[in-house]
Amino acid sequence: MMPQALRRVLPQILTLAAVVMLVTLVFPTFLSISVSDGRLVGPVIDILKRGAPIGLLAIGMTLVIASRGIDLSVGTVMAICGAVAATAIVNGWGLGPALLLALAAGLAAGLWNGFLVAVIGIQPIVATLILMTAGRGIAQLITEGRILTFSHPGLAFLGSGSLFGIPVPALLWLAAAIAVTLLMRRTALGLLIEAIGVNRRASALAGVNARVLLIAVYMASGLCAAVAGLIATADIRGADANNAGLWLELDAILAVVIGGNSLMGGRFSIAASVLGALIIQTIDTGILLAGFPSEYNLVLKAALVIIILILQSPRLAADWQLWRRSRSGLSGSHAAATPKPKESLR
Amino acid sequence: MISRALPLYVTIAIFLVAYAICYAQFPAMLSTRVIGNLLTDNAYLGIVAVGMTIVILSGGIDLSVGSVIAFSGVFIAVLLRDTGLHPIVVFALLLAVTTTFGALMGGFIHLLGMPPFIVTLAGMFLARGAAYMLTIDSVPIRHAFYDAIQSSYYLMPGKGRLTLIGVLMLLSVAAGMLLAHRTRFGASVFALGGGEATARLMGVEVGRTTVLIYAFSGFMAGLSGIVFSIYTGSGYPLATVGTELTAIAAVVIGGTLLTGGSGYVFGTLVGVLTMGLVQTYIVFDGSLSSWWTKIVIGILLLVFIVLQKLLLRLTQARLAPLGAAA
Amino acid sequence: MLLSVQSLTKTFPGTRALDGVDFELAAGEVHALLGENGAGKSTLIKCLTGAYRRDAGEIRLEGARISPRSTSEAQELGIGTVYQEVNLLPNLTVAQNLAFGREPRRFGLVDGRAMRAMARETLMGYGLDIDVGRDLGCYSVAIQQIIAIARAVALSGKVLILDEPTASLDAREVEMLFDVVRGLRDRGLGIVFVSHFLDQVFALSDRVTVLRNGQKVVTEATRDLDRVRLIEHMLGRVLEDEVVAQAAGHGAGAPIRPELLRAEGLGRRGMIEPFDLRVGVGEVIGLAGLLGSGRTESAELLFGVRAAQTGTARDADGEIDLSSPRTAIAAGFGFAPEDRKTDGIVGDLSVRENIALALQARRGWTRPMSRAEQVRLAKDYIARLDIRTSDAEKPVGQLSGGNQQKVILARWLAMNPRFLILDEPTRGIDVGAHAEILHLIRELTSGGMSILIVSSELDELIAVSDRVIVVRDRRHVAELTGAEISTETIVRAIAEEDAA
Repeated sequence: MMPQALRRVLPQILTLAAVVMLVTLVFPTFLSISVSDGRLVGPVIDILKRGAPIGLLAIGMTLVIASRGIDLSVGTVMAICGAVAATAIVNGWGLGPALLLALAAGLAAGLWNGFLVAVIGIQPIVATLILMTAGRGIAQLITEGRILTFSHPGLAFLGSGSLFGIPVPALLWLAAAIAVTLLMRRTALGLLIEAIGVNRRASALAGVNARVLLIAVYMASGLCAAVAGLIATADIRGADANNAGLWLELDAILAVVIGGNSLMGGRFSIAASVLGALIIQTIDTGILLAGFPSEYNLVLKAALVIIILILQSPRLAADWQLWRRSRSGLSGSHAAATPKPKESLR
Repeated sequence: MISRALPLYVTIAIFLVAYAICYAQFPAMLSTRVIGNLLTDNAYLGIVAVGMTIVILSGGIDLSVGSVIAFSGVFIAVLLRDTGLHPIVVFALLLAVTTTFGALMGGFIHLLGMPPFIVTLAGMFLARGAAYMLTIDSVPIRHAFYDAIQSSYYLMPGKGRLTLIGVLMLLSVAAGMLLAHRTRFGASVFALGGGEATARLMGVEVGRTTVLIYAFSGFMAGLSGIVFSIYTGSGYPLATVGTELTAIAAVVIGGTLLTGGSGYVFGTLVGVLTMGLVQTYIVFDGSLSSWWTKIVIGILLLVFIVLQKLLLRLTQARLAPLGAAA
Repeated sequence: MLLSVQSLTKTFPGTRALDGVDFELAAGEVHALLGENGAGKSTLIKCLTGAYRRDAGEIRLEGARISPRSTSEAQELGIGTVYQEVNLLPNLTVAQNLAFGREPRRFGLVDGRAMRAMARETLMGYGLDIDVGRDLGCYSVAIQQIIAIARAVALSGKVLILDEPTASLDAREVEMLFDVVRGLRDRGLGIVFVSHFLDQVFALSDRVTVLRNGQKVVTEATRDLDRVRLIEHMLGRVLEDEVVAQAAGHGAGAPIRPELLRAEGLGRRGMIEPFDLRVGVGEVIGLAGLLGSGRTESAELLFGVRAAQTGTARDADGEIDLSSPRTAIAAGFGFAPEDRKTDGIVGDLSVRENIALALQARRGWTRPMSRAEQVRLAKDYIARLDIRTSDAEKPVGQLSGGNQQKVILARWLAMNPRFLILDEPTRGIDVGAHAEILHLIRELTSGGMSILIVSSELDELIAVSDRVIVVRDRRHVAELTGAEISTETIVRAIAEEDAA
């Protein structure tokens, strides 16, 4: 059991190690951690903290992608939830209601997406595009176009506080990753989501409630986005409806893909996605630290995507099999390899 | 016929009704000045949306165009600053680069058998990164040729200015209409959007067509980048972030089916103008905030997507009666 | 001979789809190709049209050997095909579809007017006067079929293959299509007509060839054939006598069984006329009928795959909700569908997970089966049903068809259903597994389970059924019990025409 789970995330761990090594070569103190003011400080800690939004989004995105969907709206939902929390705080409603309202907003956004996908039957990429476009307007409506700043220490603690010397955002996303993994693997949810991702029709015929599960998956993604939005807002002590979470949905999808999860749905590993998020954040931070201009960042990401696409390509995989079989000169086993049907995500 | 063109008619009707409402409130909006500005301000969007229409008609999507526009602006600005090349030569170079870039993405999509969405996402990163690597600052463009283009316009009656880039946009739409609806390539695009397997059975060369489609989108993105650089007079790597989504929205509001295979290039023009109209109205009103643009566009998107879904169900449920048959 | 096929053989992993098949087609002839699913009809057609490469044998067109490598190559050689699912583009206009790839052009641009004129003229030749500027999708399937035929003839013009062209047409539309086909025959085309509607075969064809299990059974002139013999050829003896003898459980006096459930007036427009069904405890009911008769549709209504528009089902405790698979499962039903790949297995998941899926879905996500429990369940059924897999963790998509079928059976047996519906449980399965599944059915019913089995193999139905219901033209037309059940009685019930 354990070795198998480890083998699943091995490529991601190796990649992360390689990236860390490269950065350390150029920036030797990368791995140094010191204690100041009772908190751990150092580049690695910084990555854990800054990686929180991508990490959280990647958790929800993993579930959505496992169900053979995609959620383009998460960045926007971050902005909405941040705006909701900041507005509540500024209006003096207190921390509790602010957090609850923000989380409820995330769930509502997920419910909307899930409804469009599972009930109306719109393809996920189109359904979530609507909220992605309109949502930023909604966030601006809530903040009335201003950057809504606040100085509530309780909310700010979520973004810049520390517990046991570790930044709160890092704790939050690690906790979320562990909690969701446990929820998926200690209940039957993981299996059922994988089943509808692979073959929704067959799963429904076996009695799986595909519709409710799909809605739940989008709601989970909304909830993750809400927590990410809270952290982003708390970190800068202000809700920036324009820039909060901007293009983070793409990073989140990238993290899931780097995590080796197929865009065609099915088998998923949250640990691998979270490692994918860490890889992205390490590259981001590492490039800055190493003194390279940040413009290399995007090119590197593009190269990563292309490499992964080539590795995952169903068509190339089939060709490779054919080539190997023709080389070995044997027809091989009778078990027919079943290449996945090429199905566009759209 | 009715079923396919209905979204287009709805788009046109919405545009006309919206314009009428605007006119009722602000009579000044029905002037050649407003119309001229509408064309000029949305020229780059209209051009890139034509390319996007072709891509979406084929059942694909191109997320790279916003980055390609930004890259184009920077490319032009840097080359004009650092070399003595004439802008026309720079334009030709740029269009060659962006067209090749699009063709490469098309090739990847076909060879790897991966969703266009993720391949063009990589293209988006790549183009934006390339723009950053050229410069991270806003580079102003100073060239006599640019001044000449920027100040050339046709003064319409009523003092409206029909600018060169506005005209270029209209020409692009016309060219896109011919390409989509009057060529064999266009028919292949529609066929791919209708279903790859069937298209193959009917003799479409899927690989070649896919490469050409994305090459065309790359070309239009480059052209749009040229227009944008003329419009702003500078090149800035952070410009036009999110333009790909605005373009997709314009295509959908223009009545093109996001799943491909059905739509009109002309509708995209109306979609672009509708979005421009919403913005103009908000400027005229003065009290409304700019975010209403996004919300209204989101609502329009929803309306059109649901409308398309409904139409699809209707056409599947009810076929034309057999009466006409002999 | 216009087209002649000799000892054509095509093998797929695990099955020999075509085994030395001969086939001839003369110019000016309509030659019907008959057989149940899996008989090899579509494989033969795909070899002719270049979709598959044959393993052995030869195809001659007008005497010359041909080996088309793609459908377009076959088309250029002169072999055109029209499929059941119209393979034209509904989102293009009629004229665009007809002219696709050879549009008339003026100044480099497609000349829409000339294209429409061309299309109108072509369709006039088929007696069709429609607005060619409208989308193809606006027209009925019958008109789309004729347009597809017109395109195929215009492109190829020697051999026309019609693959189940009438499956979704009504009587008037079929007649219209037949007029077109007869016109083409008189123009000297050779036409291969694939259909499972016997009336149509008799009405249209000059000769008939029957395939079964990849082999040619017979080729005969249509007028020399009678209906009963033809059905016998199609549904003929496939099982070893021994297996039949072993499995056969019914004698002259069928026992009176307590009633498990009763369906009354279940029906859905376009699928199956309202029907009644009594199911006794421990009873095996066979549904016999030709492909497309409504046998699968009956099974689907009973499991809520499609909700019935009329009628109810009830048991001793009251009404049973059959509006969805979930409610049917809650009522103790199970369903092994005909199309295993798309409706049955969840290919990327393991054998263990596939077996546990339905049970887990019923328990709900909050009460997961432990891994140990799943492993035990999987091991148990792998042993009990003799599922050949290297281990329980292998993705089920990599198993052979028979073993996939057993995994689906295991999935339902794990639920211990009171009523199990099996749609073609032995399709595409080798003889050994075939016999095992029939034995299993007997074993299950002796434990009190009731089973409804849909099959196109009469011997199989006769061997296991206590009662056989015959379905024809989307209607339940006959019910046979005990000693009444025989190949002869079933074939006669299937063959009877409405007028009789």
